[in-house]
Amino acid sequence: MFWFYMALALELLATGGFIVYLIKQENRIFRYAYRILVAGFICLTIMFGCRYYALGAPPVLGLKSALSFFSWSMIGAYLVLQVKFKLRVLGSFIAPFSAFLLLISSTLHGLTGPVGPKFKSLWLACHIGTAFMGNGLFAITFLVAIMYLILEHSIKKKKLGSFYNRLPSLATLDAINHYTLMYGFVFLTFGMITGSIYAQLSVGTYWQWDPKEIWSFITWLCYAALIHQRLTVGWRGRRAALMSIFCFVILIFTFLGASFWLGGYHSFDNLGVRKGF
Amino acid sequence: MTIIISIGMNHETAPVEMRERLSAEPDHTVRALAFMRELSCISEGFFLSTCNRVEALVVTEDGDRAKKSIISIMSRLGNIPESRFTSNLYVFEGDEAIRHIFRVSSSLDSMVVGEPQILGQIKSAYAEAARHKISGVIINRMMHRAFHVAKRVRTETAVSEAAVSISYAAVELAKKIFHVLDEKKVLLLGAGEMAELAARHLLSNGVGSMVVANRTFERAVEVAEKFRARPVSFEELVAQLEEVDIVVASTASRECVIRYDMVKSCLRKRRNRPLFFIDIAVPRDVESEVNNLDNVYVYDIDDLKGIIHMNMAQRRQEAVKAERIVQEEVVKFHKWLKTLAVVPTIVSLREKAECIVQSEMKKTGSILAELTPQQKERVEVLTRSVAEKILSDPISFLKRKADRPSLNSYLDAAKKLFSLDRE
Repeated sequence: MFWFYMALALELLATGGFIVYLIKQENRIFRYAYRILVAGFICLTIMFGCRYYALGAPPVLGLKSALSFFSWSMIGAYLVLQVKFKLRVLGSFIAPFSAFLLLISSTLHGLTGPVGPKFKSLWLACHIGTAFMGNGLFAITFLVAIMYLILEHSIKKKKLGSFYNRLPSLATLDAINHYTLMYGFVFLTFGMITGSIYAQLSVGTYWQWDPKEIWSFITWLCYAALIHQRLTVGWRGRRAALMSIFCFVILIFTFLGASFWLGGYHSFDNLGVRKGF
Repeated sequence: MTIIISIGMNHETAPVEMRERLSAEPDHTVRALAFMRELSCISEGFFLSTCNRVEALVVTEDGDRAKKSIISIMSRLGNIPESRFTSNLYVFEGDEAIRHIFRVSSSLDSMVVGEPQILGQIKSAYAEAARHKISGVIINRMMHRAFHVAKRVRTETAVSEAAVSISYAAVELAKKIFHVLDEKKVLLLGAGEMAELAARHLLSNGVGSMVVANRTFERAVEVAEKFRARPVSFEELVAQLEEVDIVVASTASRECVIRYDMVKSCLRKRRNRPLFFIDIAVPRDVESEVNNLDNVYVYDIDDLKGIIHMNMAQRRQEAVKAERIVQEEVVKFHKWLKTLAVVPTIVSLREKAECIVQSEMKKTGSILAELTPQQKERVEVLTRSVAEKILSDPISFLKRKADRPSLNSYLDAAKKLFSLDRE
């Protein structure tokens, strides 16, 4: 728990730093904020490592841990992108979002007590890991799409405000959108494949029309359609950005909605989070 | 009393014909410096001549004489009678002269505030003055401070950040859309001075290739040769729209050359790659509805002027900050100048102490001779450090009082106390 609160505090601090950076545009502030973000990421990693060791199963069985793992995978994806694209302003969008997820996560009660033997599977770990990496990348696709729309709007309407100076070029944003979309899709696909293998091993069937399964498939189809349009028709820019925002809304619905309201064996309730929520 | 004087003319005080006559020949700076060296009334000098300003900066004991001689040097250089240009001159003395050179170097006095060339011009003018050995302690320090001020202004304010010319603004926008311009293709549609300037800026920012189209093919060939571009006929326009990324349009056509349906039909073939129209023609060449198409951006001359207007306002705002930095540095330099007045007294104080040390050592020479070389050295160090310690307080006291009006009486007292005047 110590590591969790440590991570939360660091992420909030980093968020503050990144927002100041967005306003002041000083590299020094970015360096501090970035280091704090990395430190928070390390704390989260340690936390998940300890929990995995203690539980003997992937520690992402309740909504609380799912949210913090979402936050972790998003920061992880950002850190990788930062190395590749050196896109500092992206941090100013990622940090608040991931800190927000952690903050919600901190208000929830986590799963306690031992977990059933069926959760102690490497397939489950793969399923969760890849699915969440996909989610993290799609979250960045989503944020970059928003940045794209803001910048595109200001160029189209010829109102070159403060965002115009702070955001990178349209081409860069579109390239990141493309990149995260492709990798996110690969991870999501792997997540679904490993998930169904795990289902076969633990419940005896690959596919059982569970609401979350259906909605995940719908999400997958939406992203597949977007990628198809990008690759064949050459969709890009505004339309691709709007579509990736739409896809992400579906993804969030799958992540939260399908688990909460639609029931099914995937729902967090059935995974044993009921206590105290 | 040493004073610093700056005399000159700039784009505001003098018409271009006059500035031209003074700065036309490249060797004017050298000649001006040579004239200055011959004058006994000028102890240090510096001469700057660019297309927007001609000015001299001198350190002198006799202000009036120095002013007169500078004006006569300028009159000889430009071959203009003195009476014709004295009204175009500005004269700054003391702190005002310091402030002036700091403002010039940080481009606050430029025609386009924040333009970067002036600093380089000052640097080479200073190198010239140093080469002729006419710059001394004060000018050297002043120039280095001027470079420092310019650097501070550049890094601490946004005075030279935003584009303030049409073609620069267009290039900035293109970079915001395409990120890098390498491998991008430009279509130059029609030709005019401003369009060619924009084309040149795009090329110098790394644009990959360029095609030129014109109503008359001969003219297209002519323009294309200038930019090592490829001429195309006007009929190929639609086909070219499928290929290029940036269009610079400036035809004299009465009607729009680029129409909505033309652009719309080519988008699919372009696979939605962004297309940027820079329309600097009046009347416009590109239908304004074209801007409503996805991934197509149209900026006409008014839009670009709007950006420049905004950037100018931003620069003016930043210039206020810059003026504060200049003022700060003027105060610092003023303080340093004042300490110069103390220097001769301090030097003679030190000389006197050294003199005493030497003579006392000589007196005890016979006893010292019995010591080993190491011991002898120790004794010497000891004597010197005693002398230095005694002087250290009076010296720092004098330095502290350097910018006070009562300085002279302190200097007098010091001279009397240590009887420095007797030598």
